[in-house]
Amino acid sequence: MEAFTTHTGIGVPLRRSNVDTDQIIPAEYLKRVTKSGFEDGLFAAWRRDDTFVLNAAPYAAGSVLVAGPDFGTGSSREHAVWALMNYGFRVVISSRFADIFRGNSGKQGLLTAVCSQDDVELLWKYLENHPGASVTVDLASRTVTAGDIVASFEVDDYTRWRLLEGLDDISLSLRHEADITDYEAGRPAWKPVTTPR
Amino acid sequence: MGKTLAEKVWESHVVRRGDGEPDLLYIDLHLLHEVTSPQAFDGLRIAGRPVRRPDLTLATEDHNVPTTPGPITDPISATQVETLRRNCAEFGVTLYPMGDAEQGIVHVVGPQLGLTQPGMTIVCGDSHTSTHGAFGALAFGIGTSEVEHVLATQTLPLKPFRTMAITVEGELAEGVSAKDIVLAVIAKIGTGGGQGYVLEFRGSAIRALSMESRMTVCNMSIEAGARAGMIAPDEMTFDYLRGRDHAPTGAEWDAAVEAWSQLVTDEDAVFDNEVVLDAAELTPFVTWGTNPGQGAPLGSAVPDPETMGDDNEKAAAQRALDYMGLQAGTPLREVAVDTVFVGSCTNGRIEDLRDVASVLRGRRVADSVRMLVVPGSARVRLQAEAEGLGEIFEAAGAQWRLPGCSMCLAMNPDKLAPQERSASTSNRNFEGRQGKGGRTHLVSPLVAAATAVRGTLSSPADLEPVAADAGAGQEH
Repeated sequence: MEAFTTHTGIGVPLRRSNVDTDQIIPAEYLKRVTKSGFEDGLFAAWRRDDTFVLNAAPYAAGSVLVAGPDFGTGSSREHAVWALMNYGFRVVISSRFADIFRGNSGKQGLLTAVCSQDDVELLWKYLENHPGASVTVDLASRTVTAGDIVASFEVDDYTRWRLLEGLDDISLSLRHEADITDYEAGRPAWKPVTTPR
Repeated sequence: MGKTLAEKVWESHVVRRGDGEPDLLYIDLHLLHEVTSPQAFDGLRIAGRPVRRPDLTLATEDHNVPTTPGPITDPISATQVETLRRNCAEFGVTLYPMGDAEQGIVHVVGPQLGLTQPGMTIVCGDSHTSTHGAFGALAFGIGTSEVEHVLATQTLPLKPFRTMAITVEGELAEGVSAKDIVLAVIAKIGTGGGQGYVLEFRGSAIRALSMESRMTVCNMSIEAGARAGMIAPDEMTFDYLRGRDHAPTGAEWDAAVEAWSQLVTDEDAVFDNEVVLDAAELTPFVTWGTNPGQGAPLGSAVPDPETMGDDNEKAAAQRALDYMGLQAGTPLREVAVDTVFVGSCTNGRIEDLRDVASVLRGRRVADSVRMLVVPGSARVRLQAEAEGLGEIFEAAGAQWRLPGCSMCLAMNPDKLAPQERSASTSNRNFEGRQGKGGRTHLVSPLVAAATAVRGTLSSPADLEPVAADAGAGQEH
């Protein structure tokens, strides 16, 4: 995973709450067996609407998405994260993320920054009044800066450390392989196995 | 201080605990399907890693499969399914492919094989893994990176959840079912209300539910934002498991039951949050909007967005009504549907099909309605045929299909057309979930069946009694 320290890019105000992962990428786009090429499916239904924010030229090259509460609810599809990243997003800002989406993002290096809804409203107004304006997200200091707005955001310490270092979870867990083997030795014999009987 | 059920299962699976790190949790069962696994297997190949425990891993084909006879015609879908077959063969994972007697929706297959047992940790790259919590397992959906992690290590690094009790006391009225309970819970706490929590459903109304009904309740925990929902195992759980293919036998059964019997929340345990519902107050529930929290009793009207909380909520509700093509104030019973879908991991089990058949027996699906009845697995289909349910569906004018995820998500040929309206026993009414522009009302199997007959959202109580000579009275 690529390390994340700080990022500056065009901010995109998405004034919607409960943006579920079916909206981020509909099921018909989930059939690829790679992690690339999902940008076509990003917000596919909404992008057919000319008034959708990403269809406005200044926002089309955005990389910092500012969304309403409960972003990423619903399906566990990691394709939602791939679609956002394939499109060019590196950060999503919201006052509340769905658990699975936030976890998936952390594994892929997409930063989910939790800001207060008041700060989200300030960012929305600023980005709507200044289309194409930049937003800087600094992970070390946990701050979002846009124009005169300086907002702090939350991200859990462990995810922050992994993102800053660009560490891969599987390698971290495999450092503890002896513990895993020990645990397996103590599992009850009656626990099921999937091999057909 | 005592422990909750969720905490007990968690504690018994901690492989390693370190300061400032998530717990490393052992995973007892890893279920796979074709959509969320290919990139995970690719990751293993690139890193040169094997699947650590293929004997704790099981795959099935469900999301892409057509529910009419014949092969997959969409070449991209076919490639995805072929990729799963190749990956399972290469890494030694048991797979139940289309046409196999054990094939079906992954969350229907696990329990019916007896692989889902109390006290286990169960994961799958699918958010409805919460279904398995009905057995007192800690079961939750994961993303593809985590699928790769579990394949490689049989563990996951996880931060502890908080716990929330959902207590439902009292008796359900006739015609009110598990689906109505869970839709009412989601409407009450909202789609984000369960975020960060494991829900434990408890109380006399939950205890009285069958295992399949309990699965329906736990299945939709994720729609309240909770990754997992659980119900403490009891005699009903043990009775369900006894004799199933992968359930323990002999002395091992006795040892297992003894361990399972400890899996209850201690009297002095404290939940981080609690929500209480009175079962007697529940009525058939349907959704009117575009998320599962936007629901209301069938006997009410489409709500007025102006009565909703703040400006953002008003706008979201108005947006939902615009998408759904509904006017505030319209009685829900007057909303006409084009399609009725019975099936999915929420309501595609044999008891769901019996409920539907009990309504359709001696009746006809309205001419204006197409109805799909899709069993959750090949075994469910066989059982339904053995009980004569398939004949009842077909005699009523419904299409009786082959097992799969079907119209729950628009990923196979079963879809809604733009503006087409459905009453669906599935779990999500998101915009476009059942097809581009499609409009979904989530309902119970009983409401789905009654709606198919009347053509508008209805409960069985709204139907004329079946004439005595029309095949009534054949109770199963």
